Amino acid sequence: MTDPVASVAALTKRFAGQSVPALDAVSMRIEPGRMTGLVGPDGAGKTTLIRILAGLIDPDRGSATVFGRPATDTDRAMIGYMPQRFGLYEDLTVIENLALYADLRGLPAAERRASFDRLLDFTDLRRFTARLAGQLSGGMKQKLGLACAMVRAPHLLLLDEPGVGVDPVSRRELWAMVKDLASDGIGVLWSTAYLDEAEKCDTVTLLNEGRALYDGPPQDLTDTIRDRVFRVGVPGAGRRVTLRHALDNPAVIDGTVQGDALRLMIRADTPVPTAVALGLAPGATLVPARPRFEDAFIDLLGGGPSGSSQLADHYRQIPQTDAPAIDADRLTRRFGDFTAADHVSFNVPRGQIFGLLGPNGAGKSTTFKMLCGLLTPSEGNGSVAGFDLRKAKADARQSLGYMAQKFSLYGDLSVQQNLNFFAGTYGLHGGAARDAIDRAIAIFHLDRYLKVNAGTMPLGFKQRLALACAVLHQPPVLFLDEPTSGVDPLVRREFWNHINGMVEKGVTVLVTTHFMDEAEYCDRATLIYRARQIATGTPDELKAMAGKADATMEDAFIALIEASDLQREAA
Amino acid sequence: MIAALLGPRLAAIIVKELWAVLRDPRARISLILPPLIQLVVFGYASTMEVKHVTIGVLDRDGGQWSHEIVQRLAGSPTVQRIVRLDSEAALARAIDTQQVIAALRFDPHFSADVSARRGATVGTVFDGRKSNAAQIVGGYIDRIVSGVSADIHLARPPPPPGSANVTAWFNPNLDYLWFTIPSLVVVISLVSATSVVSQSVAREKELGTYDQLMVSPFRVWEILAGKMVPPVLIGMANATLYLVVNPLAFGVPFTGSLWLFYPALLVFLLAVAGIGMLVSVVANTQQQAFLGMFALTVPVFLLSGYAAPIDNIPPFLQVLAEANPAKHFLIVTEGLFLKGMPASEVFAVRRQNIWHIRRRKLTESGPRLGFGFRRRACGVASVDVRWSVA
Amino acid sequence: MSRLFEPRRFRAMLVKESLQIARDPSTFLIAFVLPMLLLFLFGYGVNLDTARGNIGLALQDNSEAARSLAGSYQSSAWFDVRKTGAVGQLSDDLVAGRIRGIIVIPDGFGRQVAHGGGDIQVLTDGSLPNSASFIGAYAEGVRMAWAAARAGDQRTAVPPPIQTDARYWFNPELKSRYTLVPGAIAVVMTMVGTLLTALVVAREWERGTLEAVMATPVGMGEFIATKVVPYFLLGLCSMTLCTVLAITVFGVPFRGSPLALLAISSAFLFPALGQGLLISAATRNQFVASQVALLSAFLPTMLLSGFLFEISSMPKPIQAITYLVPSRYLIPQLQTVFVAGDDWSLFLPNIAALLGFGTLFFILTVRATRRRIA
Repeated sequence: MTDPVASVAALTKRFAGQSVPALDAVSMRIEPGRMTGLVGPDGAGKTTLIRILAGLIDPDRGSATVFGRPATDTDRAMIGYMPQRFGLYEDLTVIENLALYADLRGLPAAERRASFDRLLDFTDLRRFTARLAGQLSGGMKQKLGLACAMVRAPHLLLLDEPGVGVDPVSRRELWAMVKDLASDGIGVLWSTAYLDEAEKCDTVTLLNEGRALYDGPPQDLTDTIRDRVFRVGVPGAGRRVTLRHALDNPAVIDGTVQGDALRLMIRADTPVPTAVALGLAPGATLVPARPRFEDAFIDLLGGGPSGSSQLADHYRQIPQTDAPAIDADRLTRRFGDFTAADHVSFNVPRGQIFGLLGPNGAGKSTTFKMLCGLLTPSEGNGSVAGFDLRKAKADARQSLGYMAQKFSLYGDLSVQQNLNFFAGTYGLHGGAARDAIDRAIAIFHLDRYLKVNAGTMPLGFKQRLALACAVLHQPPVLFLDEPTSGVDPLVRREFWNHINGMVEKGVTVLVTTHFMDEAEYCDRATLIYRARQIATGTPDELKAMAGKADATMEDAFIALIEASDLQREAA
Repeated sequence: MIAALLGPRLAAIIVKELWAVLRDPRARISLILPPLIQLVVFGYASTMEVKHVTIGVLDRDGGQWSHEIVQRLAGSPTVQRIVRLDSEAALARAIDTQQVIAALRFDPHFSADVSARRGATVGTVFDGRKSNAAQIVGGYIDRIVSGVSADIHLARPPPPPGSANVTAWFNPNLDYLWFTIPSLVVVISLVSATSVVSQSVAREKELGTYDQLMVSPFRVWEILAGKMVPPVLIGMANATLYLVVNPLAFGVPFTGSLWLFYPALLVFLLAVAGIGMLVSVVANTQQQAFLGMFALTVPVFLLSGYAAPIDNIPPFLQVLAEANPAKHFLIVTEGLFLKGMPASEVFAVRRQNIWHIRRRKLTESGPRLGFGFRRRACGVASVDVRWSVA
Repeated sequence: MSRLFEPRRFRAMLVKESLQIARDPSTFLIAFVLPMLLLFLFGYGVNLDTARGNIGLALQDNSEAARSLAGSYQSSAWFDVRKTGAVGQLSDDLVAGRIRGIIVIPDGFGRQVAHGGGDIQVLTDGSLPNSASFIGAYAEGVRMAWAAARAGDQRTAVPPPIQTDARYWFNPELKSRYTLVPGAIAVVMTMVGTLLTALVVAREWERGTLEAVMATPVGMGEFIATKVVPYFLLGLCSMTLCTVLAITVFGVPFRGSPLALLAISSAFLFPALGQGLLISAATRNQFVASQVALLSAFLPTMLLSGFLFEISSMPKPIQAITYLVPSRYLIPQLQTVFVAGDDWSLFLPNIAALLGFGTLFFILTVRATRRRIA
């Protein structure tokens, strides 16, 4: 084994006023030429560990060593560090940011040209060198952040959740860039909440609540669940009900929807139940599937939640009609001479999940905002629950629940105050308000946080509260904008159980997401790219359009976008 | 109960806005303590009176009359100290270094000239860098010198007959504090209300909760009404605190009717909160809201009649000052504290402000319209000024 | 371990800071727009000069003497007779603030004058104490002049035995603008030095850019220095702009030397910048930093520096507080360098005090800005 570039041993850090240590006796090594993944849910201690390695925080106990010296007293010129918010000066241009960090890291003048050329090609930012960093899209900012961190070839590269809020295409490009670097003998630490990224690392440290649960190659952990993951085809609309039944079976510890199929994980040392016992059609067969790192992660944390959703159990039955619940008719929005959304049309029947997919800045947020009334369309029309967006805004808003991408409840009010406020917002009062609030508290286990400022809760609870507030008035339509961004897989499972359950009651859901495995839950989805819809259909149809029926949604996503690029270049 | 009265939505947003301002214990303290400290410090510090001055004397005479004048000066409550100077150069030095604000110069034959009735002159030199203080001290010295002069005169033919009996109404002793404290009630409730309201919308925009609010079924007027409540209540609370503290600490009489004071205060706070809301709606970040508020509060403060009399400023600024709610409320407050101002006068002054509010309301009717709104806001603000001119 | 100071890093940070200054609209607002607004307000809006008093005249006597005295008031340069009428009516105007005093020439005045008397009554609005005493004094003055002139018909006027010969040095016409405009420049430098600096450093904390910079070899000393130099220069720019405006637009004389003004301003910007940096290091939040800067720098400069209000007139405990306000040491220097001229014996002790404050603030800043996130 080679000497590590950096290592930590028995590292402990406790912040004032916190009962649980942020890091509790964590040990790990970062070796040259390898991708080291740092994985764990929000609040697990990933950022603290990276900041200690960057010499920005003093540990309480244990040691952090970089290039053989204490992390606080090492050659910083040789560390490339990209904080979560990229550390870019937004009122400086791309090239000015790059030049600043080149000088700060002491890049020799002679190497400057070559380094800039290489990074600008690498990141495909050459066209934008004169643009202010603040005007770049999320994916481009992230690439620039990485370029700044690597402007003088570092020996250690620390990346704090570079994939958060970034679309699959950008994420894949970024991964390729860093992977390329690591092969030059650089030690890379990549922290992430995306387990598919972790799976591709050479070695992984899995953090949870400040402790290292696992440290080693991802494959070794995945191997522990060999022969326990199965795939079973379920035709049509029955998959949500079937999944619920299957998850309620004690032998099944995890399950997800995959297009027209289910993916189930069986408890260790338990015989595989029969199809009938799982509520499947009698002829259905369980086909063994390749286990994934995410499955192993869930297994390590004791399995996912059971199938039924209390939220859905108490939800009113939404009356069925034939009229679509959401209707987008040639929605177009222009900002000056820039068209952000160009004639987007789709409709969603009641009781279905519809997905808006697409890279950052492609126009899906614009479409989403037009449909929930935050932006007025320049052209075209839309309706929600039968209410015209232009004529009956307030009625339309009364019949939808909205959950924003960023946590957008009142962080400095308590959980109870937030619930009270949103109950009043939707016109609930007296007994009705009290019942709705009490139910939300019980379902989302919010009781221990009632008096706490909402902003100080862990991310998972913030998202639970956001969902709770969005459905207090039991709306017939739900708008979810990246509802699971940054939360761990267990909370994501719980969310989808609730969503599936509500859809069974007739609720219609419009969702945007960057997790392509979540797109599998959608009945139909549309892929928006460069302001236009490039493909619309069921998940399996989208995969078929991409020409790979057995591919993952992520592959299909990328293939469709590449095809669109090719088409445009040909034209 | 509130919910039954206002409807659940309006009640919800009012309660939420109040919590947003009052939930943090530090915020609660910061709403009460600094205004109190300001009241005391500024109440005593911001005085246009001139007291405790040091005056230099270059006495080349050393006779009876120079001695008499210096004695009377030293005995005056305005003068804290007399500094003896021994040369013209020392006098210049004392003025230059601001050791003294004024100096008296007696020529060698001063007393002799006085006794011989030849007409004597006291030279006085003032530090013109402090124009206001110099002028006031000049008045004091004049009065003392003419007092001495009049005493000498007694032996002479009588002075011109008659006299003027000067009576200062409302403030018989011309106590400066009686002017300062009512003014501070206006200024500090202005500052605390605007600092709360200017943040309210900008903060939600910056934190991303604004979209959440816009997606919920609120009508725009409900959001605005909800956001006006905390600044108005905080302004009211501060003013009430001052009304309570004043008799204990300062003893400025309140001769008017509280039934007039509170409605006037309410109208004033609504007008001020309307202006603050305009800033908040136009700003995108808390930073911009702060700077915008700052750029507005300073002129409002300086053109209110508190920092300097409105009567003295150039006519075009007087016109502008008519559009300043603080100017009108200052008249009402001074009137109610000291003059027992009757309702007819209070309302005459308020008319102006009510117009303000109506117009502000118009401007606020569309924070959701984004870009379009911003243009309109500017338009209406300029209309505002024109109306006031008319 | 890298070197503590490196010219290249330093230059790169300076370039970055200058670009940000040039591009940020709030910098432009604080450093150039607000100063002009302040100067304008203090040049025109705040006028402490004695103006004409608005009065009402209640003429209750119809004799020739009464009308003649009323005429004296009407033609007096000190008064602007806005209304005439009954006392009852005029007192309403006094309450409403439309007039500031009432001169009552009572019934029987003419008879009194004929018998060698002639008293009048002056009612003033005590709610504005300064204008009340002005109106009281000058109303008596006008009456005496009138009486003396009438007496002079019969006797020759005799000058009083003692007269004063007043000289107002540096400002013979006693224009309050001469006092206020240099004072406004102190407020401007406080805004650029303290408020703006506190904001820009807090912004780096807030946006996470400081975190990225701290992970590079930049030393904290270098970081602080690259904030001080540009904002120091910016402060001098604002000061220069204001000085030019003060001289050209507002007609304030400049009798000192530019060198002295530079020395004074530099000495003041040292503690002002130190205070700004200290505030941002302690708060790390733009909003809180702006509030603290407002309370601890802007308001004291306005109210406790001797700029608007005479320090000697304040109660002793408040006078003691003013010694902790750096701008207290700046105001007399600025007023001197503008209207009086260079006087180093006045400048040097004040400059020393400012440098002392600056050193203190910078020591505290360096201690507060350790190179750690938490």
